[in-house]
Amino acid sequence: MGADNMKLTLKIWRQKGNKAKGQFQTYQVDNVSTHMSFLEMLDVLNEKLVSDKQEPVAFEHDCREGICGTCSLVINGYPHGPMQGTTTCQLHMRHFNDGDTITIEPWRSAAFPVVKDLVVNRDAFDRIIQSGGFISVNTGQAQDGNAIPIEKEVANEAMDAATCIGCGACVAACPNASAMLFTAAKVSHLAHMPQGEVEAAQRARRMVEQHDAEGFGRCSNITACEAECPKEISVEHIARLNREYLSSSVGGK
Amino acid sequence: MPLKSNVPPGELGEKWTKYRSSMPLVAPNNKRRLEVIVVGTGLAGGAAAATLGELGYKVKVFTFHDSPRRAHSIAAQGGINAAKNYQNDGDSVYRLFYDTIKGGDYRSREANVHRLAEVSVNIIDQAVAQGVPFAREYGGLLANRSFGGVQVSRTFYARGQTGQQLLLGAYQSLSRQVSLGNVTMYNRHEMVDLVKVDGKARGIIARNLLTGELERHAAHAVVLGTGGYGNVFYLSTNAMNSNVSAAWRTVKRGAFMANPCFTQIHPTCIPVSGEYQSKLTLMSESLRNDGRVWVPKKKEDAIAIREGKKNGRDLSEEERDYYLERRYPAFGNLVPRDVASRAAKTACDEGLGVSPTGLAVYLDFADAIMRYGKSRATTLHEPDASDARIKELGTAVIEEKYGNLFEMYEKITGENPYVMPMKIYPAVHYTMGGLWVDYNLQTNIPGLFATGEANFSDHGANRLGASALMQGLADGYFVLPYTIGTFLADEIRTPMIDPDQKEFMDAEKAVADRISQVLDVKGNQSAESFHRRLGKIMWEYCGMSRSEEGLAKGREDIRRLRQEFYEDVFVPGTADEYNPELEKALRVADFLELGELMMVDAKDRDESCGGHFREEFKTEDGEALRRDEEYTYVSAWEWDDHDPILHKEDLVFENVELKTRSYK
Repeated sequence: MGADNMKLTLKIWRQKGNKAKGQFQTYQVDNVSTHMSFLEMLDVLNEKLVSDKQEPVAFEHDCREGICGTCSLVINGYPHGPMQGTTTCQLHMRHFNDGDTITIEPWRSAAFPVVKDLVVNRDAFDRIIQSGGFISVNTGQAQDGNAIPIEKEVANEAMDAATCIGCGACVAACPNASAMLFTAAKVSHLAHMPQGEVEAAQRARRMVEQHDAEGFGRCSNITACEAECPKEISVEHIARLNREYLSSSVGGK
Repeated sequence: MPLKSNVPPGELGEKWTKYRSSMPLVAPNNKRRLEVIVVGTGLAGGAAAATLGELGYKVKVFTFHDSPRRAHSIAAQGGINAAKNYQNDGDSVYRLFYDTIKGGDYRSREANVHRLAEVSVNIIDQAVAQGVPFAREYGGLLANRSFGGVQVSRTFYARGQTGQQLLLGAYQSLSRQVSLGNVTMYNRHEMVDLVKVDGKARGIIARNLLTGELERHAAHAVVLGTGGYGNVFYLSTNAMNSNVSAAWRTVKRGAFMANPCFTQIHPTCIPVSGEYQSKLTLMSESLRNDGRVWVPKKKEDAIAIREGKKNGRDLSEEERDYYLERRYPAFGNLVPRDVASRAAKTACDEGLGVSPTGLAVYLDFADAIMRYGKSRATTLHEPDASDARIKELGTAVIEEKYGNLFEMYEKITGENPYVMPMKIYPAVHYTMGGLWVDYNLQTNIPGLFATGEANFSDHGANRLGASALMQGLADGYFVLPYTIGTFLADEIRTPMIDPDQKEFMDAEKAVADRISQVLDVKGNQSAESFHRRLGKIMWEYCGMSRSEEGLAKGREDIRRLRQEFYEDVFVPGTADEYNPELEKALRVADFLELGELMMVDAKDRDESCGGHFREEFKTEDGEALRRDEEYTYVSAWEWDDHDPILHKEDLVFENVELKTRSYK
């Protein structure tokens, strides 16, 4: 079953704003139920802070179903916490013990400046997609959906890449703060589809250029990104990106 | 004032084609001079913004999220309908139209719904062209599955993440238009007011959520794709930040809210487990393709299960009541959502619920696992496979079909649904009501358009599964980009709208005052706590079952709560900074008004239809009792703080005969 009276000590990163200096602050939370999600536990803390007329901890979240990619948090050193294949919002308190001390930090990367406390700015990801993460087709130009058969296996592989939620855990996990897994997931998804193959090489080149311009680090095959990705996206997609990138430079475009 | 639907004349099947061919157009050189504001970047808003950009309009798009990709459309799981008839099972545009009208319990507009069914086929083509990785058969063609309320297989899907993939398709198209300079993106900007000049919608006031600064943005027309208002119930399957404020601000400026009480309570959600709970999680309707819904026949068994003395799995077939299959043999577990939800409530009201709270029924996959297992064993030439082997094979099939949903269930509940039947209960999921729009998707304010869930138009009193994605994208890609031309064609001589004129300054001042009012209360209770209390009132009196008496009480309770809010809310921080608590407080303030209007609307509609079930109006066997003579109209409400004013749009059915809905 479960308990509903766990006591926890939270060490949370507090930072007023982007320019301000941040620091850890310690909080006690009592009466935590094992059925709560991690974010519901933070809701309880915030409710208490507000009732004490203190400023609540800022953290981002929205769907709380593990799909919108809004939530983040480095929990005890792990992006999205210690559970494999799980976003912070899907992490439940039954995986923690009474008396635990939990450290909570924001994503740390120069390309993700802190907005406040645990909230960072991930606009760089939008700009990477804008640089080429699409198929150049206007509304109304499509042929019949079944005109081009696509092998089930190929569609599945494309889906494995397309499942990326754009949360940025790969960047937070990477010692180089590289966003190569995020970039590769989109390049690989679209390159798998016959509709996206046409622009594949050019897309890869543009997206990698934008990735570098945003200040994300280079990929040096550490694969921490794959280990921490809540959607368990494989680094094999980075290999696919490299292939497309190479063919764009060999092609001399 | 009678409302004009502006439905074009002619045969139902030809209306849209003829209208589209004869509606006024805006020439390319003029499109460049016309500005359009789109608020919201989900399927409806994102698709509209991208398409308007492609057409050459100057588009500004606003989202309160950090990125357009976060919009709540992303959470839709099961799929999207289209009348492709790829399965050769008798589907057609007419059948999709008919199913949707019937599913909506005859409270939607025929012409709009037929248009939706017509363009549904284009959506699939468009999404495929964008690279959406839909599920495929071994032959490489698109796969389909079934959803509730229909007898064909017309739902296209991408695992249990169809909304995500369709939204990313729209987001990528939108990103392309941003990169081409046709669309300017304002992320982390929340619309806090609509600005009207000479009666026309000419812009918005937006709050930059990072700095708190108020900004005036002008355009020739404003399009809302801002989603539904299910979060008025506090607990719903909506994302935490989904809210009514953009739409409600236009209501406060004179737009009409149509059928606000039409709320969809989705039958298959993970039940509430505690007071701290912040939201509810949906388990896709697609699960009802294979899962069987049941409760124990005997109360004693239900009590024993609730107390943990018995395990549901161990009850024999004779001890179980597969109540949907029993009551609705023709559709079985795939009855529409409103019917399935009410049946679950009835079972739990009779004391047959199976969770400690008594508010849950089983959704059981044991039979499906054995059925698929046997079929796999045959394929693999294993005629003597043991039960354990069959179970293993069947589990693998179920995992391939619903793996991510089962995983999500296990993460939340800590129970393994491959072994233990899932426990589910209805929860607020979608709102059929919304801003009143005509056939052009224009509200009663000229130049203000509403798309997707934000409008009321297509689903009547109950939405069928896999139809929300269809409607959002239909409006965004294939309807609004055309119909907005009927307004803009007359605006080609209007110069750029000046955001420094009086109307904009006044609106900005009004917003600043409203923000100060909330901040200056400096009371003792958080906005969140008011939201929670509002949700309880809504669920109690305006939820799955409503009564005249309860609705009157609910309205009074909400008015008292609103008063208390303005006397005792506490919002930390200031207006000119990143302040999520302030954002929440402003949204709760709007929900408090909307909630009251929902009570008024539900009380006014003396009938039961679709998701609106009034205890006074039911048949002998407990089904919804419609009153077509009196209530075949759309209720469009003009806001008035004391006495909201009802405007009626009569619904005219020229092609479909109104019948009592039967899924038996």
